[in-house]
Amino acid sequence: MENILLRDKVAELEGYFAAGGYRALKKALAMTPAAVIDEVKKSGLRGRGGAGFPAGLKWSFIPGDAPGPRYLVCNADEGEPGTFKDRELILKNPHALLEGMAIAGHAIGAASGYIYIRGEFAAEAVKLEKAIAAARAKGFLGRNILGTGTDFELHVHRGAGAYICGEETALLESLEGFKGQPRLKPPFPAVKGLFASPTVINNVETLAAVPAIIERGGDWYAAIGNGKSTGTKLFCVSGPVNKPGVYELPLGVTFKELLEKSCGGLQEGKRLKAVIPGGSSTPVLTAEEAWLVKLDYESLAAAGSMLGSGAVIVIDHGQCMVKLLQVLARFYHHESCGQCTPCREGCGWLEKLLNRLESGRGTKKDIDTIVSVAENMMGRTICPLADAMAMPAISFVKKFRSEFEAHAAGRCCPPDAPVKH
Amino acid sequence: MAFVTEEFRVKAEKICAKYPKRDAALIPLLQELQKESGYVAEEAMDELARFLDLPYSRVKAVVTFYTMFNREPAGKYHLQVCRNISCHMAGAPGLLARLRSKLGITEGETTRDGLFTLSAVECLGACGAAPVMQVNDEYFEKLDESKLDALLEDLKHGKYPLKG
Repeated sequence: MENILLRDKVAELEGYFAAGGYRALKKALAMTPAAVIDEVKKSGLRGRGGAGFPAGLKWSFIPGDAPGPRYLVCNADEGEPGTFKDRELILKNPHALLEGMAIAGHAIGAASGYIYIRGEFAAEAVKLEKAIAAARAKGFLGRNILGTGTDFELHVHRGAGAYICGEETALLESLEGFKGQPRLKPPFPAVKGLFASPTVINNVETLAAVPAIIERGGDWYAAIGNGKSTGTKLFCVSGPVNKPGVYELPLGVTFKELLEKSCGGLQEGKRLKAVIPGGSSTPVLTAEEAWLVKLDYESLAAAGSMLGSGAVIVIDHGQCMVKLLQVLARFYHHESCGQCTPCREGCGWLEKLLNRLESGRGTKKDIDTIVSVAENMMGRTICPLADAMAMPAISFVKKFRSEFEAHAAGRCCPPDAPVKH
Repeated sequence: MAFVTEEFRVKAEKICAKYPKRDAALIPLLQELQKESGYVAEEAMDELARFLDLPYSRVKAVVTFYTMFNREPAGKYHLQVCRNISCHMAGAPGLLARLRSKLGITEGETTRDGLFTLSAVECLGACGAAPVMQVNDEYFEKLDESKLDALLEDLKHGKYPLKG
């Protein structure tokens, strides 16, 4: 099928407009906000950042009678290891995001919005600034959009290096000029978000899908995909495949199809060992579990993992699972914001246990301790970062226990591993 | 004031105007200061705190929380090698080891000539092109040893930005 998001020749305003761009905005501005929200609800569009929350429902939580300003925030703090789709989308089709934001702004009654983009994405931030300036010059953004009396000002805000700011309330704290430490919920951002005002936060990919939904209808979008997982998804594939990259495919495509048809299969001589299907925080699947699994919200949940951000990390037999989990534990320990004890201490504890096992000084008891520490982190913190560490920890040990045991017995890595630590 | 100069103030007011509350501009303004001098000095934090009418502790808390703020002068080229899962599998540890031995420094250090600072960083969000290294604002992708060597030579000869 044709791509909705990753299209050619739409990187600049002229090309985007020539391909029918900003027609959806005009259509949306002639609709009532409630009608726009209904159309998005009908489409079944769900959050593409990782949580998969229905977008239209999120928008409808903004209290209609709340006085004062409302805000729309785009989460472009792409940082979940394995994920690189929003970067590509911003470079290839920035106006779909801007148009989607202007439509969403109209739907929730927000006159201003911010795109919070991770600090490392310098070229991408410049691309967005230029796209905003071009759209404003044509009257698609700013004051009195297309002469309708609707205002929507859009600003780019660059992050400064903190994975945690991808969590929506940490992002709001950061946007307000504080350390990025997540807030307790409730109150939810829809009631009290940015600058204590009602706020909607959506991922880049979610917002960029909105123009097509408005233009072609929620029913059209809902017909794509698999059951309750509607529409297309950007899958980011990394690891030893022939053609790693971002692929837009209908939700429900099998891993096998993605690997063989889109990515040209595994590199020569590599054998599939495991797949992390939705970014480093999602539970790992064995090759057998992954092979025919459908990549959508429900199917991956049924398989014991998650669609997450759509970051498919392919792992071959040359890799040591203990080492990879050690890499992840170091990451989560580094990125824990330090507010909640189970996360702050738990991530560090797991990293130490894995350092010990990986260096050949660990014991069998350490393996059980990893699981018990991880289980005690789950669901006991303000935000899901602790779970994001615990889910890979538990699944790596459960599914590849023999490798952990081999380490505890002093044999470091699987026999065909390329490096001896 | 050495950091919050008249020229800086003009720029700062424009940035503050993007937000309904001035202190929301704290991070963008720190980024501006770092752009000027390559790092955020203690004095700069103090001056910015006064400019925004914030306690110094708030500014310092923010600077120390985010990894992109340098608290010491960095080298002319800040080599930031991603070491997260996809880059790890694609050979990031080897690249880091090569940089350590070629430059004679370890992560967090700067060469004596002030040319290179080496850092290992977490996921840069370019995993399809692993292994990846960021040099100042630019990404260098699908690196291997020979590409890395060529890049270092270019940088030593002042060829930057390389992608123009």
